[in-house]
Amino acid sequence: MGINFRKETFRDDFTFRNSPENIRRFPFPYHEDAYMYSVNIEPHVPGPKNSVFEHLIDVDEHYVSEMQDRAMVLAEDPLRCQSLPHMTLAGWDLLELLMTEMAKGYPEHFTLTRDGDRWRWINRPLGIDDTFTFGDVSTLPYGPMEYITRQSQGDFAILDQRDGNLWMDAGMVTTQADWSLDFDIGMNFFEWHAPVPLAHEMGVFTRALKFLTNIQQGQPARRLNWTMTINPRLDTSPENFHKWGSDRLTVTPENVGQKVHLRVELQTFFRLPRSNALVFPIRCYLLKMDELVTVPKWARRFHRVLRDLPVELAEYKGLTRYRQTTVEWLSKYDDGAPTSPGFSPE
Amino acid sequence: MKTILSRPVYGTLSPQAGKSHLLIADAEGASAILDLAKKAPEDFFANAHIMFIPGRTGDSFQNALKALKPAQYYEGPSVAAALPRLTWVLANAHMGLRMYLAGTEGLIGQMMQAALEAGIDPASIQTEHRGSWARRMQCVHCKGITENVTTQPATCSHCGLLLLVRDHYSKRHAAFQGVCINAEDPTEIPQKEEIFR
Repeated sequence: MGINFRKETFRDDFTFRNSPENIRRFPFPYHEDAYMYSVNIEPHVPGPKNSVFEHLIDVDEHYVSEMQDRAMVLAEDPLRCQSLPHMTLAGWDLLELLMTEMAKGYPEHFTLTRDGDRWRWINRPLGIDDTFTFGDVSTLPYGPMEYITRQSQGDFAILDQRDGNLWMDAGMVTTQADWSLDFDIGMNFFEWHAPVPLAHEMGVFTRALKFLTNIQQGQPARRLNWTMTINPRLDTSPENFHKWGSDRLTVTPENVGQKVHLRVELQTFFRLPRSNALVFPIRCYLLKMDELVTVPKWARRFHRVLRDLPVELAEYKGLTRYRQTTVEWLSKYDDGAPTSPGFSPE
Repeated sequence: MKTILSRPVYGTLSPQAGKSHLLIADAEGASAILDLAKKAPEDFFANAHIMFIPGRTGDSFQNALKALKPAQYYEGPSVAAALPRLTWVLANAHMGLRMYLAGTEGLIGQMMQAALEAGIDPASIQTEHRGSWARRMQCVHCKGITENVTTQPATCSHCGLLLLVRDHYSKRHAAFQGVCINAEDPTEIPQKEEIFR
């Protein structure tokens, strides 16, 4: 049984929504009733069936529509996909990782056949059947990173490792939570995180860098991050902020359930074998407030997290304009009962 | 001064051991070269090339710089005008070149960018900030560069949006990032304040 891919939009009429099964597998990011920064990295090992961790690379019901949205963003602004000249080998590494994992996890949708360097890739949901020579850029319609990330959900940053640091030297970034690849490309780990408040003083980035530079091949890691988005808009780029920023003023007590979304990033980290680069897939999951409150524990907990969030964090995440309205709406779903520890729905 | 980690840290120029010396300054940056000269060995300027963009300081520094008797002296109207010469000099440079950049962040950033593109080792480049804190800003929306930004917020000279001038800095663009300040509510027009002097 394959995935039933939804036909939906992440712009204009915003027809995106989650099926009831997809709500249950949402990666809810709070293990307790409060949130503060932490490094919170754990091994990225396959998880329970019907969770987003079931396979190392997750494909879900939004796949086809997300790829169509990405193609629209790239047509408008090709600078969302960039790779510095020394990163081509890492692009091939990434192509291998994604094709291998997608074919392994979803054989009914993807097939990879390798005959030496001659590879055949079949992507049934997107109607692609290409044969190419691994390592030969001229045999693909795009560079290897762009080719495969036009067929993979989530943003991708490829980090070169040198001088004990990580450098943002390539990426495909069309569903970002407000950062610009074009501005940040070429920066090191501390530089591209420079605008994040509080965390530097807490030593979060020093510890995270130490952990990341030590990631070994075959031992990927993961963490969750979160923000909120008004309307199920994937492209919340700074480039287009002047076009979507005013969405934040449109929240009323009547439309919170449909307009306000919890936006969770599943960030994973894989060491790439040939280039020794790290790839950092940043997968975005959206959940409407109406969908979130179908899980009573999540409704209680998210109400408490949002209500008690430090002001600096709310400001940095851009929640200030609609936080109070959303907290009041959520309070109807919080009877004060205790919540069980851990992320799970019960 | 409060700063963030993407922004370069500037030092104080001092004479380095090297075969040749390329000193580039704009406006008050000239005074950093003059201060370096007080500590320099006698034959230092015999192998030196000074490139100077006077900007707002007009005629105040030229005579003093020329009195150092550099092997080559250049004066230009703008960074853009000086860049082809710099590119030529760097393309023909030999091992043992030392670079000294002094003045505004815009000058230091753009000259640094050209030097790194030419393959100069960053360890052989010294920088010192002098003079104006005016910023070179890239509009994240239209990608246009606005030079000499002194106000917060600032208007993009290309697309006209009112931008918050962030502290976030890209060495690759040699620019600070400007992001629309009233995107949430375009009817809010914050007062401009002259803060980057």
